[in-house]
Amino acid sequence: MTAVEEPVAGGEEPVAVPQPPAPARSGRFRRRTGLARADARVAYFLITPAVLVVIALVVFPFLWNAALSLQRVRLIDLRSVDFLTTDVTTRNFSRVTGTRDFWTVIKTTFIYTILGTILSIGMGLWAALIMQKAFRGRTVVRGLMLFPYVAPVIAVAFAWKMMLNPTFGIANEWQSNLGLPRVDYLGRRDFVLGLGPWHLTLPLALGAVILFEGWRYFPFAYLFLLARIQAIPEDLNEAALVDGATISQRFFYVTLPQLRPVLAVLFLLRFIFTFNKFDDVFLLTGGAAGTQVVSTKVIDWLLGRADVGSAAALSLVLAGFLVLFVIVYFAIGAGKDTSQ
Amino acid sequence: MTRAEFEERLFGVLKWISIAFFLVITVFPLIYIISLSFKPISELLQDPGNLFPSWKQITSFESYRAVLRPEDQGGQGFQVFIRNSLQVSLVTVATTLTVGVMAAYAVARLDFFGRRTVNLGIIIIYLFPAIVIAIPLFVLFSRIGLRSSLVSLMVVYLAQSLPVALYMLRNYFETIPIELEEAGMIDGLSRLGVIRRVTIPLAAPSIAATGLFVFMIAWNEFLYALLFVLDNRSLWTISLGVQQLDSIEVPRTLLMAGSVIISIPVILLFFIAERFMTQGLTAGGVKG
Repeated sequence: MTAVEEPVAGGEEPVAVPQPPAPARSGRFRRRTGLARADARVAYFLITPAVLVVIALVVFPFLWNAALSLQRVRLIDLRSVDFLTTDVTTRNFSRVTGTRDFWTVIKTTFIYTILGTILSIGMGLWAALIMQKAFRGRTVVRGLMLFPYVAPVIAVAFAWKMMLNPTFGIANEWQSNLGLPRVDYLGRRDFVLGLGPWHLTLPLALGAVILFEGWRYFPFAYLFLLARIQAIPEDLNEAALVDGATISQRFFYVTLPQLRPVLAVLFLLRFIFTFNKFDDVFLLTGGAAGTQVVSTKVIDWLLGRADVGSAAALSLVLAGFLVLFVIVYFAIGAGKDTSQ
Repeated sequence: MTRAEFEERLFGVLKWISIAFFLVITVFPLIYIISLSFKPISELLQDPGNLFPSWKQITSFESYRAVLRPEDQGGQGFQVFIRNSLQVSLVTVATTLTVGVMAAYAVARLDFFGRRTVNLGIIIIYLFPAIVIAIPLFVLFSRIGLRSSLVSLMVVYLAQSLPVALYMLRNYFETIPIELEEAGMIDGLSRLGVIRRVTIPLAAPSIAATGLFVFMIAWNEFLYALLFVLDNRSLWTISLGVQQLDSIEVPRTLLMAGSVIISIPVILLFFIAERFMTQGLTAGGVKG
């Protein structure tokens, strides 16, 4: 694993940009000397606790999840059921994929994930571009911009819920002062936009949740993009300037090509994180008003319908879609940028 | 005016508009919850547009008192939740750092068979969806009778924050000059001695930084708290406590006060060390 040290805003502090793992360091201890063997023994001693934790709390649960998805297990008989003798069945899968809303939920999840990802990266890029050159008070602004990302999700979700509240939220208050009707942003499924003879139906609550997603996660993209922008050699820009390139031309022909690898990694990371995001949707809407995504549906199966087996099955479906996405991502060549 | 001049002017103006825009969208929600947390609910209902509480309202801390007061005195009992969260978070920090420092050192510095696999494993568990293992963990802890306990949360949070700690610590350890460690070995220290007397003291600030991010992960966590301890109010963590304030029986202003309380560690960090936050985040300090 190599951490590429790059200067961040102001160029005074090193930051590590995540990179895929590099081959184990060779050379220094290549010859299997006594010291190297002793080191290897120490290494196994040192990694054992971490490996045990991961096996017990990640690998084993993941495998057990697969087993659970093939058994009829209800919440009520969790304490008494014998997992080794319960029949194996694929009924859970047909149950969760057979509900009326299954494909709607999948579709919502993809819309939410793709738009949320694009919005957060887009806003992050925009923020990074305006922050690249020093100005008075930049340090303060730079710090404040991290707030949406590092603040507890509970606090910011309720801040939004409050602002968008239909009766005493600030958004509706200002709206009604302007003579506009009050809107229950997080509680209404659709919003019909009338443009003369045309009517456009837009998902309202889902749109609000996606906006929240873009708002909350743009600092993540912004940090990585800013670090990369400031690592672009100055002579590239100067050469373009000498050739008479305008600001927008320098952006499209100098900056953007340099950012492609980071943008590709960001898209992969944000897609994965957003696809299985539970807290945000659950706290904002509880999955109501057309915002039900797979992860909130999993918890609905578990706690709402008290059906452990089906919840496990649906979470595996979610993992399956995620794996499929990663395969497609690397197959279409976006991975080329990621893995270099 | 040439195109270049036009763009210089246009983007010169747009830049300041954009900075103002980003400032407003990031700071306004924070100001909003803070100001509502000081207003009495009656006033909020009558005049939702007025954001400024009076000085008397600010100094009365009414909503905060109501949130922090024990339940048997008609409050929301947040002192208990804060204590629970502190307990869980501090234990998580201790265990994660112990396990994490050991493993991260091995991966950063030592050559052993399987090192590439471990490296790859760190990335995979870093990206691993919590929701996929939540159900079996729920079943597991129910079965062994540990589900309704703070210990169950400590165990799960260790697994949740370990990849983040490993990732950050490994990068930090790699920046320590190897010559310093070699000097220690020439002076007769064993490998473990080097770790204890050279590496850990040198990396102490980075280890502390990692600890703070682990603390925040545990402090902010919501899903597992909801799954594991919802049925026992005395075990609620602060995030669960705040979420449970979101009901029609509780005034919204209390919900806002709770939201401010849970944000205090983060807000403090901002004032103390903005640069440190930036560094930690770019080193992979938060998952999700």
